[in-house]
Amino acid sequence: MLRYALLRLLGAIPTLFLVIVLAFLMVHAAPGGPFDDERVLPAEIEENIAAAYHLDEPLHKQFIRYLSGLVHGDLGPSYRYRDHTVGELIGTAFPVSLKLGAMAMLLALVVGVAAGSFAALRRNTLLDRSVMAVAMTGISIPIFVIAPLLVLLLAVRLQWLPAGWSGNVGATKFVLPVIALALPQIAYIARLTRASMIDVLASDFVRTARAQGLGTTAVVRYHALKPALLPVLSYMGPAAAAILTGSVVVEEIFGIPGLGQFFVRGALNRDYTLVLGIVVFYAALVVLLNLVVDILYGVIDPRIRQR
Amino acid sequence: MKALVDIWHRVRRSRSVLVSGGVLAGIVLVALVGPLVSPHDYLQTNFDALLQRPTASGFHLFGTDDLGRDLFVRSMLGVRITILVAVVASIVSLVIGVAYGAIAGYVGGRVDAVMMRFVDTLYALPFIFFVILLMVAFERNFLLIFVAIGAINWLDMARIVRGQTLSLREREFVDAARMTGVSTRDIIRRHIAPNLIGVVIVYVTLTIPQAILVESFLSFLGLGIQEPQTSLGALVHAGVNQMEGASWMLLIPAALLASILLCFNFLGDAMRDVFDSRSSR
Amino acid sequence: MSLLEVQELTIRYDDTAVVRGLSFAVEKGESVGLVGESGSGKSQTALAILGLLPGNAEIGGSIRLEGGELLGVSEHILNAVRAQRAAIVFQDPMQALNPFLRIGEQLRRILVQHRLADGKEAQARVIDMLKRVGLPDPERQYRAYPHQLSGGMRQRAMIASALIAEPALLIADEPTTALDVTVQAQILELLEEIRADTALLLITHDLGVVAGHCERMLVLEQGELVEQGATRDVFARPRHAHTARLLAAAPRLDTINIPLPSTGEELLQIEAASVSYRETGRGRLQAVRDVDLTIQTGETVAVVGESGSGKSSLVRAVLGLIPMQSGRVVFCGTALHGSVQDRPTEVRRGMQLVFQDPVGSLNPQMRVANIVAEPLLVHKPELSAVNRQKEVAVMLESTGLGEEYLQRYPHELSGGQAQRVAIARALILKPKVLVCDEAVAALDGTVREQILALLREVQVDSGLAIVFITHDLSVVRAVSHRVLVMYMGALVELAGNAALFGRPRHPYTRALLEAVPIADPEHAGGKATLAGEVPSALTPPSGCMFHPRCKYARDICKSEVPRQRTLDGTTVACHLADEI
Repeated sequence: MLRYALLRLLGAIPTLFLVIVLAFLMVHAAPGGPFDDERVLPAEIEENIAAAYHLDEPLHKQFIRYLSGLVHGDLGPSYRYRDHTVGELIGTAFPVSLKLGAMAMLLALVVGVAAGSFAALRRNTLLDRSVMAVAMTGISIPIFVIAPLLVLLLAVRLQWLPAGWSGNVGATKFVLPVIALALPQIAYIARLTRASMIDVLASDFVRTARAQGLGTTAVVRYHALKPALLPVLSYMGPAAAAILTGSVVVEEIFGIPGLGQFFVRGALNRDYTLVLGIVVFYAALVVLLNLVVDILYGVIDPRIRQR
Repeated sequence: MKALVDIWHRVRRSRSVLVSGGVLAGIVLVALVGPLVSPHDYLQTNFDALLQRPTASGFHLFGTDDLGRDLFVRSMLGVRITILVAVVASIVSLVIGVAYGAIAGYVGGRVDAVMMRFVDTLYALPFIFFVILLMVAFERNFLLIFVAIGAINWLDMARIVRGQTLSLREREFVDAARMTGVSTRDIIRRHIAPNLIGVVIVYVTLTIPQAILVESFLSFLGLGIQEPQTSLGALVHAGVNQMEGASWMLLIPAALLASILLCFNFLGDAMRDVFDSRSSR
Repeated sequence: MSLLEVQELTIRYDDTAVVRGLSFAVEKGESVGLVGESGSGKSQTALAILGLLPGNAEIGGSIRLEGGELLGVSEHILNAVRAQRAAIVFQDPMQALNPFLRIGEQLRRILVQHRLADGKEAQARVIDMLKRVGLPDPERQYRAYPHQLSGGMRQRAMIASALIAEPALLIADEPTTALDVTVQAQILELLEEIRADTALLLITHDLGVVAGHCERMLVLEQGELVEQGATRDVFARPRHAHTARLLAAAPRLDTINIPLPSTGEELLQIEAASVSYRETGRGRLQAVRDVDLTIQTGETVAVVGESGSGKSSLVRAVLGLIPMQSGRVVFCGTALHGSVQDRPTEVRRGMQLVFQDPVGSLNPQMRVANIVAEPLLVHKPELSAVNRQKEVAVMLESTGLGEEYLQRYPHELSGGQAQRVAIARALILKPKVLVCDEAVAALDGTVREQILALLREVQVDSGLAIVFITHDLSVVRAVSHRVLVMYMGALVELAGNAALFGRPRHPYTRALLEAVPIADPEHAGGKATLAGEVPSALTPPSGCMFHPRCKYARDICKSEVPRQRTLDGTTVACHLADEI
């Protein structure tokens, strides 16, 4: 088991390296510099700025500099927020996003797995069909449509919940953003759970368990649940990526000062170091999560663990 | 050819395919013809008719936006762009994915292991952030959107085609063909390719809505299609800014986008059901 | 009152009845065989008794167990019956056991569910049960996952799970079909001795199994009961034509009606052939070790062995479908190298292959006419389309398929018809050697007889040499002139048909022959004289690889690899061949 986990860990390192190289090259292969659209500066000052940000060095030197900075946890200075390093910005903004994302993920897992399992157990009934119709709608409506619609309905028209972030205290400000963020994932996880639960329930070993006199509850609890949840487990990596992506929109719409908003601002303002830093940070996060998922997979499936 | 005809015959019998396909065809038809017969132009601003509600008078069926532009024409333009981007991006992913997957699957062994390890690695990345990075670095180039979206979606296609090829290659009828001396080229042409078409068609259908999502997401953030061109994502973004006063600016493009996505997802699901029952037969 | 009374049982799906008006009874403690070909409804009947049929099945009639009706009762009542009153053993233990749970956990759950035992007591009872079914080191197997057990051990665990709640009726649905013949014999013996006064309903397609293990038998044909009676009586005097047909096609080792080949010309020489595979992360697996074999025109050579014996690997390497590690193959005087695609055209024409899965070996996208015509496209490109179609029609006709089959797709054919198409495709090039890789294993008894007869006919007409790879010794007995027996990739015995079945030289051959269930209640066979199972090929035993399972083994067998010797025309690799 330990060997398996270590192997997985080693496998994650080249992925991370690839991420950094890709992101770095994309930014630095871009035509034009970061300060091009500012008012025309005297050549001297421009050179000074370039030197200050080491833009005058050859690419591979810049990369090595960036990489060694990374190893020490230094993501470099922000081009726009001149007084802050990228690391500081991430440090302030990420906790908000993390709270939001974790709540959404938890909600999606609980509701999605429950809805999917019930639909599978009541296959082809009205309950099943309604759950699946809702889920189909859920995966078909983009988050940037769901979020404003929720605001329009629940905040603007009905005024049940606050629409914005700032000025609102307490838990209520979390409700709409978390729901908006979780809805597409609930839909996806429900579909995934239903499909895999139906597969597992049709498997020979479930038939054996039924032949042994185990009732539906016992069959699901002891025999079916674990294998049926494996596809959901392997979806956790992509789900995290999707929630990070969604948080960009949700934070924008609700005015939440999270990392997603910094990212969009950075992208629109061409704050290269900030955008690069956030991409590297997010990628590392997702790679790490995938690693955890892989290891969990080994814990659950004895056949994989042995290899 | 037989595979295509076969699929068509089965697909034709599926009600969800006919309904979702029909609705899609209708939307595309209106998007193509509508702007031609409308008296309005997508660029034409009209400061006497700002933020008009949808009404038949003055032929503003979907109302107007904050610059007085006709929302019907702009929405139809958005539909065109959205579908065009998605279809082209899907073709890009189709070409890369099928070639990559078929090579990995047919060659097999270490080549396959290395190629698939690469796909797994890319799979683990939050790709959309890289696309945004790309859009930032390369000035929101229109062509780049196609390439970027195609570059994300080929991974799924490659995996599926590779798996299918691998299992086809192990099938006994391929060994039988080798025994009778059929050349590798003819084995691929006569025995592998026709058995791949079904799964490829199904997954292209499922790739299109994903491509639409990515494109509209980028446009929503202002990183995709640029004014005065528009796409459904950009229209939704404009609608969000006006939603408290002019909800139709949000609701109409949102409904269009959602119905297109719903239709494609339904179509893909139904096609997959058709395909699965084929393979399990 | 009988233990189990089934009356007028009818099972339908949509509008198709798979079981029609079936009535029978099973008495306390007796063993009853339920026999039929595929699609006869025998498994459906078994599932119906335990209430395990899918929701879309329409069931009519009555099933009473110990007087209590089981049809139409609540799931709650059924759950009390299952495991405690009636239990079932399924065909494939790999699929039927939960791969995510430890064996002990799965068995313990049954006791807990039925409130028969709890905690330490339940664990002790499970371990005791595992011991009774012959699992070595039951404390360890209690904690093992199914994939860590061999096929035979898994089926033992499955039997333990069926018997742990001490049911009155045990249903065994093809319990040994997925297992090798020596393991099959062990499992059937175990079932017999462990069930005590539990009644056994044994569902099988194999009349040999019934002959050896059932007091009474029921014969099903397309969902209808056509005959029932004491096993001896039915075998001696079948009253229904279908029973007689089944019996005629049943496996026996005493029938022999093979004309000897007229010429003795050497066609194919295989010298010291070896094949190995690389197993990722686990080293090399030696699948075939230094096998010699010569095949003459007009003869049939059978290659026999249990799964993992290397019989398929040997033949596939000779054909050039997989790479050969070392050795020499000479065909009609030409030494062959490399993969089949690199070989000269005449050589490729000369050797053809028929596979086990008849439908899988036909491209689902092609019509029968095009499938059979494809070899002609390669080897006779000068043929006009019309002439090609003519040749195809003639070929199909000779395998017993008329013109109406030309335009069909493979999924529109039955298993037997598909196998005829595959044979037509192989024979259209008029090869000199035809390799049949388990070509009749997937077919029902009566269809199998027809296909074997067809091959024999072709051989007599054309002097074709046939290599028959099979695990089924009754097929070997019926079709082959000579037999090659393999164990863990090595030749253990190569002998003429009569010599091999009359006086087997190698202890392994003997055990194999004794393990074959014979469709004759008077001499039923199916004796488990061979203990254990084939060891892993990654860690082969020292010396003679058979020694850990051989009851004659001596010290020399553990240390020295036996050389091949020839005794009365039989080649055998055993230190003790002339003593035993």
